Amino acid sequence: MVADARRRAYEAVAAVTDPEIPVLTIADLGVLRDVTVDGGRVAVTITPTYTGCPAMNVIALEIETALARAGFADVAVRTVLSPAWTTDWLTPEGRAKLLAYGIAPPGRAGGRRALFGEAKAACPRCGSDDTELLAEFGSTACKSLYRCRACREPFDAFKCH
Amino acid sequence: MPVATTSVTVDETPLVLHLLRRADDALILGHRLSEWTGNAPTLEEDLALANIALDLIGQARALYDHAGAQCGLDEDQLAYRRDARQYRNLLIAEQPNGDFACTIARQVLYAAFIDPYWRAAMSSTDATIAAIAAKAEKETAYHLRHSAEWLIRLGDGTEESHRRAQAGLEEMWPFTGEFFEVDAPDQALIDAGIIPDPAELHDGWSSRIDAILARATLARPRDGWMQTGGRSGRHSEHLGHILAELQYLQRSHPGAKW
Repeated sequence: MVADARRRAYEAVAAVTDPEIPVLTIADLGVLRDVTVDGGRVAVTITPTYTGCPAMNVIALEIETALARAGFADVAVRTVLSPAWTTDWLTPEGRAKLLAYGIAPPGRAGGRRALFGEAKAACPRCGSDDTELLAEFGSTACKSLYRCRACREPFDAFKCH
Repeated sequence: MPVATTSVTVDETPLVLHLLRRADDALILGHRLSEWTGNAPTLEEDLALANIALDLIGQARALYDHAGAQCGLDEDQLAYRRDARQYRNLLIAEQPNGDFACTIARQVLYAAFIDPYWRAAMSSTDATIAAIAAKAEKETAYHLRHSAEWLIRLGDGTEESHRRAQAGLEEMWPFTGEFFEVDAPDQALIDAGIIPDPAELHDGWSSRIDAILARATLARPRDGWMQTGGRSGRHSEHLGHILAELQYLQRSHPGAKW
């Protein structure tokens, strides 16, 4: 029974999507860290991608809503900073969803320390590696803006973080 | 009869004081950068400066939260209910933006200091500071790269952009001495392994700045008299104007919630 309640709670929470990148669930993103059920009380632990990520409040609200729909009224959502979120926590499924959505998935977090020189991102539309960085900061805190020299399309790339 | 005030009283232990210093740096600089929203030279820069402001305000919230847990106040009370004399930020953070080159010069000088500062703070004996530092250093690495690339582009650009970049650098340079100040409360935290010793970061900062300036073909300003006072609440006139705008709502309606 307990295991079943935990599974139901986890599935409800894991299906909550990121309000800024709605193809990704918070489980895909690695933002969801833990779900525990103790009696009727559900405790959910999440971690922000960026300290100022404005999506966190909405995500917490959507977690409460999803759990209420699944029959859990007593919910506590806790935010933890440590260990710090990294793009390496994006699941393989999440990376594939990003690519299909037109956002280049992040490279691996190593090597981002170089002061100059841009990280390479392959075009999510035509697959070409012949791309250029237009702006380090894109439409949300977690993305940069690129342009493909082959198909000429601009695209968002998930920052390596 | 006491005069009515909506200001809170803060019990400034060394830890609370230091957390407020770092949080106030981030909040005030974030607020200044947010003034570029809608005014930056290009749409990409509008987004970039707003994103950096957002990172800084996010860092400020985490730091206020930690400070508030020590002194029984919440983040809103700390941000909105302290007077200018209770603010502990670096004077460089509150300086007016000037032109784009001046803003970029300030970003380079500050980011080249705070990025390695947070990296060093990741080994703090205070677990919450270490956790905040691990988040912040990923963000400040981006801030440093963004501003350094712009300073190089401006310095090594046209005659006009070079002139403005050099002027911005000269304008902001006298505020950099404050980065490395250590007083008795900070020294106690350094001795306890809670915060890094900024003196140990000075050489790295200096050589990082030299490397960027060399590529930007800009001259390093001379170390003359350095501005001081922000850490003890003695500010330039600019901070009061920022707080008047920032705090208006919570001063008029203390404790108001959305």
